[in-house]
Amino acid sequence: MRCWDPRIEEMPPEDLQKLQFKLLKTLVYKVYSFSPFYHKRMKESGVHPDDITSLADISRLPFMYKKDLRDTYPDGMIMSEQEELVRYHVSSGTTGKPTVVGYTKNDIYNWSESLARGLTSAGLGRGDVMQVSYGYGLFTGGLGLHYGAEKIGATVLPTSVGNTERQIELMQDLRVTAIACTPSYLLHMGEVAEKMGVSIKNDTLLRKAIVGAEPWSEQMRIRIKEWLGVDAYDIYGTSELSGPLFCECENQNGFHVWGDLIYPEILDVDSQKALPPGERGELVVTMLQKDGLPIIRYRTGDITAIRKELCPCGRTHPRLERLSGRVDDMLIIRGINVFPSQVEHALLGIPEVGEHFMIEIDRKGSLDEMLVRVELGKEAFSDKIADLMHTRRHVEKILKNALNVQVSVELTEPGTLPRFEGKAKRVIDRRLI
Amino acid sequence: MIRQISLFSENKPGRLAAMAKACQEEKVNILAFSIAEAEGFGVIRALVDKPDVAYKKLTELGFNVAFTHVIAVEMRDEPGGLYDIASKLSEAGINIEYSYAFSGKSKAILILRVDQVEEAIRLLISNAFTLIASDSIQ
Repeated sequence: MRCWDPRIEEMPPEDLQKLQFKLLKTLVYKVYSFSPFYHKRMKESGVHPDDITSLADISRLPFMYKKDLRDTYPDGMIMSEQEELVRYHVSSGTTGKPTVVGYTKNDIYNWSESLARGLTSAGLGRGDVMQVSYGYGLFTGGLGLHYGAEKIGATVLPTSVGNTERQIELMQDLRVTAIACTPSYLLHMGEVAEKMGVSIKNDTLLRKAIVGAEPWSEQMRIRIKEWLGVDAYDIYGTSELSGPLFCECENQNGFHVWGDLIYPEILDVDSQKALPPGERGELVVTMLQKDGLPIIRYRTGDITAIRKELCPCGRTHPRLERLSGRVDDMLIIRGINVFPSQVEHALLGIPEVGEHFMIEIDRKGSLDEMLVRVELGKEAFSDKIADLMHTRRHVEKILKNALNVQVSVELTEPGTLPRFEGKAKRVIDRRLI
Repeated sequence: MIRQISLFSENKPGRLAAMAKACQEEKVNILAFSIAEAEGFGVIRALVDKPDVAYKKLTELGFNVAFTHVIAVEMRDEPGGLYDIASKLSEAGINIEYSYAFSGKSKAILILRVDQVEEAIRLLISNAFTLIASDSIQ
């Protein structure tokens, strides 16, 4: 199948813009009437729904930040009544407080519809066996891809993360043709497979991978192709926007963003002015049809550029380029977002160690390893090694609970970690991607 | 009981030298010491003739220092000397957490940290072992 929904995907750009304006107008009236959060924000910015008379007027609407979701925890920004919601997803927040996203039936429909278009554009469909090796649960990756893949008629193998050897056995036994996972997990699978005497390239039917949730590069795409014999397609989305939403078409040159679902803006980080196509800036997203948790001008913090020239695949919707970094200091460790401020916050609750810390990230084999170095407090010093080991494990456990990522802790002598005046540089990222 | 100086140390070159240099500058004599190592860090334990001077100097240098009370007991410096002591502790069900030893001029000295300190002291005295107090090593 060439297009999942040709009527939308091949819509002439001028028709698409008309549709976008209509949807934007509806959305703005809706949130102004039904969302106390957006009502207040718009009042404060002195903008009324009647002021939106063209798509360009979107720039008059106030921004929305991840912080807003945190500040209104758990559900202050959710517009629908609870009985209209069919699901929650929860992601970890920057200071330990999570963010909650609620989905109506229609939100789940649009989310899986978006992925159905994307997966179809990557050449997948009925007959494919798709292994979903993103985490299932509060994280959006597993269930998001699951619904998208089922929708296009693929056979889903919901392996989630972990137990890699079993995953590889199942990949062979059930003739898996496609996988969705983080790029580093795919490479890790390749290594584990080789140790088991299995060549993914020669001994499995795996041919396509939908990879994302962490930064990767063209070099990795080439390596995945040459080593594993797998075509890798980039996928983008964050939990606030629903989850993974957009994936690359068979041209593997940026992901189409469906204009009936999303209105993307690329802003200059400093001036906050819109940038022309091709120039890199911060991605700011308005979700045009989201009911449970409306998203208007959300500052994603992701750096990318928009491309409007027609794609050879014939889809008329613009593409976003591969993400090339973050506006803030967010790290992505094994697909999970981690902010240094979370580490700081967690350490405040551990009197055994001081407030100074350094984060060091390496990639051992294909998997990210996060090391947090902390200073051992004077009172916590026991001359028994067992006590010190216990302190270290205690800190590791608290950090793991706060970050949802495995962390190694190293105890250092007091006063040895760097002190910063002004902006702290607490992260040493040695990963080569 | 005798006061031992314990130092937390990262496992990297120069830490023992820094500690030893400080002791030299303060004319503190190190009678015995041991290093216990774990992944990434270690603990230096030492018996010195002027523990308060050493504690002050090392703390000033930024070391994480603590006093620990250990038992120092004289031991026959000949085959069976260690067995005399270890077997008594063992029979009494006293666990040795760590231990090190040095040979003095006339006798050997065994330094012990145990889980039941008072019981261990009572046991050793009642078995006619000689315990060494802090002031006797100055």
